[in-house]
Amino acid sequence: MQSALIVDRLHFAFTVTFHYIFPQITMGLALLIVVLKTMALRSGNEHYNRAARFWAKIFGINFAVGVVTGIPMEFQFGTNWSAFSQAAGGVIGQTLAMEGVFSFFLESSFLGLFLFGEKRLGRIGHWFSAVMVFVGSWLSGYFIVATDAWMQHPVAYSLSTNGIFGLQSFWGLLLNPWTLWQYPHTMIGALQTGCFVMAAIGAFYVLAKRHEDYGRTFLRVAVTVGILAAILQLYPTGDAQGVMIARYQPVTLAAMEGLFHSEKGAPLAILGQPDVAKQRLDNPLVIPRGLSFLTYRAWTAEVKGLDQFPRDAWPDQIELVYFSYHIMVGLGTIFITIFVIAAFLLWRGALYRSRAMLWIIMLALPFPFIANTAGWITAEVGRQPWLIYGMLRTSAGASPLVSAGSAWFTLIGFMGLYTVLGILYLFLVYREIERGPEVEAVASAVLAR
Amino acid sequence: MGAIWFCLTALMLTVYVVLDGFDLGAGIVYLLVARNEEERRLVSRTVGPVWDANEVWLLAAGGTLYFAFPALYAASFSGFYLPLMIVLWLLILRGISLEFRSHVAVPMWESFWDAIFFVASLLLAVFYGAALGNVVRGVPLNAHGQFFEALWTNFRPNGETGILDWYTILAGVTALVALTLHGALWVALKTEGALHQRARKLAAVLWWAVALFTILITWASFSLQPHLYASFAARPWGYIFPAIAVAALVAAIVFLKNESRAFYSSCIYLVGMLASVAFGLYPDVLPASTNAALSLTVENAKAADYGLKIGLVWWTIGIILATIYFVMVYRRFAGKVSASSDEHGY
Ligand code: HDD
Ligand code: HEM
Ligand code: HEM
Repeated sequence: MQSALIVDRLHFAFTVTFHYIFPQITMGLALLIVVLKTMALRSGNEHYNRAARFWAKIFGINFAVGVVTGIPMEFQFGTNWSAFSQAAGGVIGQTLAMEGVFSFFLESSFLGLFLFGEKRLGRIGHWFSAVMVFVGSWLSGYFIVATDAWMQHPVAYSLSTNGIFGLQSFWGLLLNPWTLWQYPHTMIGALQTGCFVMAAIGAFYVLAKRHEDYGRTFLRVAVTVGILAAILQLYPTGDAQGVMIARYQPVTLAAMEGLFHSEKGAPLAILGQPDVAKQRLDNPLVIPRGLSFLTYRAWTAEVKGLDQFPRDAWPDQIELVYFSYHIMVGLGTIFITIFVIAAFLLWRGALYRSRAMLWIIMLALPFPFIANTAGWITAEVGRQPWLIYGMLRTSAGASPLVSAGSAWFTLIGFMGLYTVLGILYLFLVYREIERGPEVEAVASAVLAR
Repeated sequence: MGAIWFCLTALMLTVYVVLDGFDLGAGIVYLLVARNEEERRLVSRTVGPVWDANEVWLLAAGGTLYFAFPALYAASFSGFYLPLMIVLWLLILRGISLEFRSHVAVPMWESFWDAIFFVASLLLAVFYGAALGNVVRGVPLNAHGQFFEALWTNFRPNGETGILDWYTILAGVTALVALTLHGALWVALKTEGALHQRARKLAAVLWWAVALFTILITWASFSLQPHLYASFAARPWGYIFPAIAVAALVAAIVFLKNESRAFYSSCIYLVGMLASVAFGLYPDVLPASTNAALSLTVENAKAADYGLKIGLVWWTIGIILATIYFVMVYRRFAGKVSASSDEHGY
């Protein structure tokens, strides 16, 4: 049983981390495609339509992989976490079912129209279908984040004597205060990914002197949206999440910051490795009193360290929580720097000529994915040892009759299949980038799946 | 409340089987009716724009099952762990074979995905049938409402059962022939010329197989699961469902020359068969093979009433919206696919 639990956790972690590579691009690009379609509509310039069509192709490949990897997620609550599902299905099943009914139908239907129907729908109709794809994908993000938020911060439920959760207030569930900050922060994270993808390919085209006018358009759109996103990521959304964690999950905060002992005027660690056995941070580089200020807006406020909590309430992977949090915040800071400099160069009209900056933008491509993944690991591993925070322990949530052997069998199966899927995905996207936005004849043949 | 959600969940699953059933069927007849590259492209175009939206019915049904009957969702998904995971892998393969195939115009690439598309569709049909067979036969539920089945044990439908035994395999084959017929009629509906002729000829042959297996599975189900008798005896009006299935099956062969009527008959046949099963099981949702008292029923598997009531409101709104999208999409892609009409074959 205990050994099956570890495999169940790895199983979920692996499949969801892989899945989330794709929706973050989908959700980010969906908004940027709407921007391009709007520019086309307002300027009447076919250039923007062609640019949008290029991204629609990449979107299509990406969406397909997002869909096929998303379906296993929906079922894994039952397969590996049946005790949890039995207890909480009446509540979180609501948001999951709503995701299917309200957003997946919307998204998949309009995507069919968007990809296959440009000629028949007309300019406005096609623009509208792009908007609906965007709405569908962002709605789906809302419902899934609301599901996750309920596990982080359960609200609006009643608990029966046999440990079954029932829904008590529909709007209470949908408007969980946790969701209200987690959602914008997650969506902006996805938008940053979209911006970096678009900017990186734009930079590549400009540097390689191919499709240069498209490259410039991509850079202009992505940098303009990106600077907004990068800032909103830190403030107010990231900051607000931090404040929420301090209030509702103080032990998680202590693990994220590597704060072993309670302190008045607690420092903010920039560098340093937590040594859990010795309960200290090695070679720390800190901003004195920074943490107290950030969490409580008072330089001398007391922040609770891990020592304030019983050992069995600590997240079981403190090092992982600490590093993933620091990676996310570190990268977030770097992204702000990149976009501020790029936006400044764009404004001065020098971006397309500044080779160093273009190289940086192009090579930055993997980092938003890392930041998003690190953020989720902080949230999910930081939630441990709880599956439903404060209510149900992770160890009590797994399927009692699924053996470690069965779980390994399917985990290995997913690993193999997803490796192949990842290679095929990269190969197909690479081909689209090679072809570029201008090859109309080929493009339409491609769309006719 | 429980009864309403039982019907709604069954309805969603039925819609899924009817819609994705023709995608799967098209995949199964794919290599049989399409003889060259051109024809294969046409067949895959008949499902290209709709398969994803069709598949969403499975997700939506899964989600609905989750919130309306959490105990059933938990028990069946963990108990059918292995076949479910295999179904997920097959769904992945089916999805990417349709999506990736057309991206690279190289014969080797295309034939590779053709084969994957065919095999994945075929196995999915068999697994769906076997899954339904397991539900009808009953599973070894314990006192906590949980169970686990290996893929197979000794292939007997009693004692320590596995997912596959002769009865569930029979159910799997029945599903396979029924969906193959469904797919052949779909291809006949959506294509012209030689391809259309071949699909129709195949359907005429398949019809006999479907009729034979319908009789076999009905006999086997009634002799294995006494609960079915009890349901129909207690509420004889339920005979309407098998009657509809039989009538529709007959209609399918009578109207074989009229491709849209034949296809709709096959849809109604599937609805009739699934409705019969649902009716026969009710009020059980997952019968226990160990001890009838441990069966999961509508009453002991459903979620608390408040959530179910609220669910009724948003579900209705959501399904109306979904229906509107479906009508839009199917109208946009109505009619026969052809090689020439425009670049997308519509
Ligand atoms: C591009 C991605 C990205 C970037 C640059 C950042 N984040 Fe983030 N962050 C996410 C992507 C993300 C995320 C993936 O969206 C998470 C995971 C779960 C969630 O709610 O959002 C998240 C969670 C998350 C949490 C909650 C962790 C938990 O629930 O335990 C906090 C406190 C922050 N972020 C704070 C920040 C701060 C102060 C940043 C400084 C710039 C920052 N994030 C940058
Ligand atoms: C895409 C972003 C996500 C990532 C990268 C992610 C990552 C992870 C990781 C790393 C774990 C393992 C934690 C551990 O075992 O220590 C985990 C567990 C889990 N997560 Fe997430 N998660 C994501 C989103 C979600 C969402 C949206 C939900 C809910 C709807 C969710 C529900 C769960 C559940 C049920 C588990 C298993 C139980 C547990 O270990 O706590 N996750 N996830
Ligand atoms: C436990 C976690 C998750 C589950 C159960 C899940 C479920 C699914 C399913 C079933 C699909 C396929 C939908 C279709 O057929 O159209 C899908 C795709 C999608 N998911 Fe997830 N998902 C999870 C994590 C996430 C997260 C964390 C996000 C975003 C915040 C997200 C956003 C999306 C989006 C936008 C799509 C559309 C397809 C795509 O973008 O590639 N999902 N997901």
